Formats: sequence, C-alpha cells, structure tokens
Amino acid sequence: MLVLLAVVVLVAGLVARINPLAVVLASAATAGLAAGLPLPELLARFGAAFNANKFVTAVFLVIPTIGLLERHGLQERAKQLMRGLRGITLGRLLLAYLLARQLTSAVGLTQLGGQVTMVRPMLGPMAEAAAEQDGAQVDADRAKALAAATDNVGLFFGEDIFLAIGSILLMKGVMEGYGMKAEPFALSMWAVPTAIAALLIHGTRVLLLDRRRKASLGEAA
Amino acid sequence: MIGLELVYALAGAMFLGFALVTALHRRDSKGRATALFWGLIALSFLLGDYIGDMANGVLAIVIVAVAASGRTGAAPASGEGGQEAAASRYGNRLFLPALAIPAIALAGTVLFKSVPGIVKASDATLVSLGLGALASTVICMVWFRTRAEAPLREGVRLADGLGWAILMPQLLASLGIIYAAAGMGTAVGSLLDHVDTGGSLFAQVALYCTGMALLTVLMGNALAAFPVMFAAMGAPLLVTVQHGDPAAVAAIGMLAGFCGTLLTPMAANFNLVPAALLNLRDPYGVIRAQAPTALAMLAANILLLYFLGFSR
Repeated sequence: MLVLLAVVVLVAGLVARINPLAVVLASAATAGLAAGLPLPELLARFGAAFNANKFVTAVFLVIPTIGLLERHGLQERAKQLMRGLRGITLGRLLLAYLLARQLTSAVGLTQLGGQVTMVRPMLGPMAEAAAEQDGAQVDADRAKALAAATDNVGLFFGEDIFLAIGSILLMKGVMEGYGMKAEPFALSMWAVPTAIAALLIHGTRVLLLDRRRKASLGEAA
Repeated sequence: MIGLELVYALAGAMFLGFALVTALHRRDSKGRATALFWGLIALSFLLGDYIGDMANGVLAIVIVAVAASGRTGAAPASGEGGQEAAASRYGNRLFLPALAIPAIALAGTVLFKSVPGIVKASDATLVSLGLGALASTVICMVWFRTRAEAPLREGVRLADGLGWAILMPQLLASLGIIYAAAGMGTAVGSLLDHVDTGGSLFAQVALYCTGMALLTVLMGNALAAFPVMFAAMGAPLLVTVQHGDPAAVAAIGMLAGFCGTLLTPMAANFNLVPAALLNLRDPYGVIRAQAPTALAMLAANILLLYFLGFSR
C-alpha cells in the first residue's frame, strides 16, 4: 500500500509545477523505496528501463524533415489549402479526419497519422485556419488541441479492430493464462461497437463546435 | 540482421548533430547547457547498450538535472520569414515529403515482414520509420538545395521548442516499469477489492471498467493495467461467476483502459508532447480537449459490456 505514496508525489509535483522530469525521478524513487528496493538496485533497474525504452524517443527522428518543410512553408500551405475549400468548417474537417483515422487504424495503417508527422505540420494548422475562416471568435489553441485530441481518439478506437496489434496479442496471452479460449478475431470484433460509439460521441462533439459558433456569429450580425 | 541498433545509431547521430550546431552557433546564455542536454541524450543513444544498468541510471539522472536546471531553452527567435511566399511557390508538393515518411515506413514494414532475414520482424516498424525519415530528409535537402547542416538546424529549432517534453515519454515508460516492479498494480487491485458492489452485475461491470481506466491513468498505459484488472475482476468475477463472454470482457475492458490513456499526463507521447509541439499555452490543453470524449466513452463501454457481454 505504501507504494501508492509514489502517485501522491507525482501528482503533488505536477500540481506544484516542478520540472516534470524531476517529478518522475522523485516518484520512481518513492515507489522503489516504498517497495523496499535497495538504492543501488533501484538505480540499476531505472537505468535498465530508461535504456530499454529509448525506442520511444526514436520517433523524433522525423523532426529534421518536418523542420525543413516548415521552414519552406508547410504549415502556411496547409492553411492556404483550407482557405481554398468552400464549406469547410472546423467540425467537418475534424469529423472527416476522425473517420479516416479510425478506418486506416482498423486495417493496421496506424502510422498514417500521428502527432509529430501529421498533427503538428498539417492537421493543426488546417484546424486553426478552418476555425479562423468561419469568422467566429475561436481560440487557435483550442482548435489545435482538438486536432491533437481527434488524432488520439481515432487511433485508440480504431486500432483494436486490427488483428495483429499489440493490445490484442497481450489479451490473447493473458486469457490463455487463465485457460480461456481466445480468438483474436473475436477480440477484434468486440472492438467494433466501441469504435462506432467513439465516432458518434466524438463526431457529435466536433460538429457541435460548428453549431455553437454559427449561433454566436448570428448574434453578432 | 538489422535491428534497433540502426535506429539508435541514427538517433544518436541526430542528437549529436543537435549538440554540435547548438555549441557552434548559439551565443546566448542558454546555449551551453542546451548543447550539453542534446549531447547527453546522444551519449545515451550511442553508448547506452554498452555501459551497463548503473551507468545508464546515473546518465538518466544527469540528463534530468541538466533539463531541470533552468539553463536550457530555445534560441531567441531568428525572425526569418518568407514562409507564406515559399508556401505559394512550392505549393501542394510540400505535403509529399511529409507523407513520404509514413508511406516509406509502411512499405518497409510490409517488406521486412514478408521477406525475412533483412530486418528483425519485431523491429521492422521502427527501422522502416528511421529509413523513411532519412530518405525524406535527403529528398528535402536536394529539393530545397540546402546546406548540409540545414536539417540539423531546423530539427534542433523544433527540438528546442519541445525541450524536456522530448524525454518525458521515455522517462514515464521507465517509471511505469518501476511502478510495476514495486507492486502498484496489486496495490490498486486490492484497494478495489474493498469496494462493495452488492452483487449487482451493473455495479461490477462499472467498477471493472472504471478500475481499468483509473489504473491506466496511474500507470500511463492500458497494456500495463489490463493484466492486473483482468486478474482482479475480469476472470474470477465477470467471466467465471457471472458467465460473461471472455472476449467481450477482455476487449471492452482494454478499451475502457484507453479512455484512461486520454485523461492522463502519464501518457506523455499522446497528451503532453502534442501540447508542446503545438505551442499550446496550457500543457494540459490536449487532455482538456479529450476529457469529455473520454468520460462519455467510459460510460459507453460500461453500457456496451453490460448489455452485450452477458447472455441472459
């Protein structure tokens, strides 16, 4: 039970706005000490985990290309493209992206989206431009945050329909440990109702953005 | 066979390049510590597999100390403009190199998995992504006729904007491993054992799904939460006692966990990194944008499992 102190340290540190990397180290130390790990072993375990998880940082290999393209106008081009489209609104743009992200993830093409390669250079500026050209007062930050959120929602509630994704394989492994028959196909089919619910729920949310903004535009006129 | 070591060598070279261009070109007060920060990360990528666990632990602490010192940061804005004009000049072709990265990554993944012996199957995705990034960088350099150091200078501009957030996903993944080793999962699981559901199936389903989301919020990863909650409630109670469909209990439980991923700063690569990438004033802006969807999806998953997962 003492190990739950580590969560208290984490939350308190983040709320106090201490550098989050330092907060993570402090929380790890708390968890290790609460579990009775000797300090040298804790250090070695953290070092091993840190080294084994380098691949998480490897996605940033794409930033020199993105940086070069942005220097030559990629974000501005994404905005120009939106200005050329009639009838595009923030809600419609995000709904179309949500559907595309869910469908591509469902057939295993999870790499087609992503925060570094798609949202920062393209979808974010597009959302910002779409929000601007509606003429309503919309916070650019909010439009970009919703773009990032839509990428995540589309990925999370699409990828589990694909058979060979890590989470399906993990479920299969765990279930077989309990002697349960686990068909990856059955697991992936059970992800379909939730995927439809996500399309309805998040899709409605982004479309409601348009309604609210058109209403406020009407008041101003 | 080619594996992750190729990706690590590429990333190490990139971060070393960041350190060098920072050391050579920055004269402001934060230049030196920032160069040191990128240099240490390069060191971790290039030598991490050879220096042993203890040294890696010390290296991680030193990197965090440099990042938390307050002496690192982005260079003052250079104010180089002309992006609007460039955008009009290059047109929609600008999208092609950006889309080429995932295209090459996908093609490579498929190729390396169907033709064994070139790249380790488990590493095919990341190796392909690395190759896609490299190829796309070369295409851009030729197209824009840039100097050799241009990708590094533009890359470090982006990386400086991200700052400490660039390491957060890796550090949190490490924290998750320490939490697991320290028994965080069983602690939360036994905490949930004390909740009285009064034998109501709906209350049990709600507790199982909410517990999955809650544990994911704490650990940052639904894959870490799943085995704990499935062992605590899924298998013994919902499947064995209540005769739920095992596949439904597992799959919808995992998806309830994903609702937690949308809510937690612990899932830094999905939630904190984009906020930094998009220069949001609020570091939790993406979580705030996701929260209504996440909570509604948690409710939806509870209802779906309750109504579809049990034969009555």
